Amino acid sequence: MNTPAAAPSIPPDARPRLPRGVRLVHNEAQGGWVLLAPERVFKADQIAAEVVKRCTGEASFAAIVDDLATTFAAPRERVEADVAALLQGLADKKLLEL
Amino acid sequence: MTNGHASTNTRPLHNPLGLLAELTHRCPLGCPYCSNPLAMDKREDELDAATWARVFREAAGLGVLQVHLSGGEPASRRDLVQIMAAAREAGLYTNLITSGVGITDQRLNELADAGLDHVQISIQDSEPKSADHIAGYEGAYARKRALAAAVVALKLPLTVNIVIHRANIARVDALVAMALDMGGTRVEIAHVQYYGWALKNRAALMPTREQVETAVARIEPLRKQHHGRIVIDAVVPDYYARFPKPCVGGWGRRSLNVTPAGRVLPCHAAESIPGLEFWSVKDHSLRDIWERNPAFNAFRGTSFLPQPCQSCERRDIDFGGCRCQAFALTGDARATDPVCHLSPHHHVVAEQASIREDAEYVYRRL
Repeated sequence: MNTPAAAPSIPPDARPRLPRGVRLVHNEAQGGWVLLAPERVFKADQIAAEVVKRCTGEASFAAIVDDLATTFAAPRERVEADVAALLQGLADKKLLEL
Repeated sequence: MTNGHASTNTRPLHNPLGLLAELTHRCPLGCPYCSNPLAMDKREDELDAATWARVFREAAGLGVLQVHLSGGEPASRRDLVQIMAAAREAGLYTNLITSGVGITDQRLNELADAGLDHVQISIQDSEPKSADHIAGYEGAYARKRALAAAVVALKLPLTVNIVIHRANIARVDALVAMALDMGGTRVEIAHVQYYGWALKNRAALMPTREQVETAVARIEPLRKQHHGRIVIDAVVPDYYARFPKPCVGGWGRRSLNVTPAGRVLPCHAAESIPGLEFWSVKDHSLRDIWERNPAFNAFRGTSFLPQPCQSCERRDIDFGGCRCQAFALTGDARATDPVCHLSPHHHVVAEQASIREDAEYVYRRL
């Protein structure tokens, strides 16, 4: 269910979620949030962690963007483009289901 | 970030990310490139489940995020589910590395219910007869395919691991297609690394330079072709490389390995280097070993490296390569890994790679 990486556009009603085998955890010794996946560990910065935390399979892409735009008082269009790029990148690495 | 400090100096220590837990050296297969040492731990010396549980808690406290439950064949342990559950309880990401032979559907269900995160199944070839021959086990291919199907049915993520050598190197495209057909979301195209059993079988396993170049050139097109469907990771064939691989991300820097009997090593081949004394989890905490065992400090950092490494711009990228390989090929574990084209011993690698014989495999047996 992945679209090509070139032009990330995610349908507003998509409900992104972490697949089984991918977990976001907080680890003091490693200095913060990390996304754990098969044979891979990705450091997640504060923003990425805020996005991924909302990918529960329940919230729609549109709702996640709304929430982030409100929480961080940022322009919605900019947030949408950034979040779409982040989520598509994760999906391409099989770290997210859209 | 809180880093520990080695007692012998003030160099900041990294926190290990991964722990390879070799639960047993027992295995039904006999792969001639097995990464286990030639002298293996006996069943009666294996750590019990309670000790593994303690090791996992200590590992989590040290910053370890992922544990790789391996062997031998980890399913040879009757208490595998209990051991896996203890790792999960310690907060670790659990990766089961299995031959695919010896896990019943019921046990797989129990593992999934107890929170297993990921399964890696090795498969020897896309041709069933060849696969069984390499594994030294009749019917292995079919059993591996069946377990893979059961893993995928449970919606557990599956990595397919394929070790590449002369007998299967011509089939990289077919091997990736097989991994997709098995339902894998990740495939490792891992060229043989020549340690232990593989070193013993080197002449029978070694491909030609031409075969290696053809196989390596397929990786990028295959990645493009299967983009978004399967992740292809490649372990490079270092006998034909120009630069060495960074030894497990740096000796005592990112990972550690616990043998079935409880000795803690910077990597699975470390015991091939003479003169190092490895401490056991039976006598020490994992933190104690990570920070204080002289064997872990023996090749930490880069100050021990000779020229040409010391003045090389890649010194902090590859740490002079692999210590075990430096020892195996030059007799000196501190030498520049001779895989590097700048090593004064580089010719040894080409000489060894040119020795190819269609000999019978020496199968790995306990």
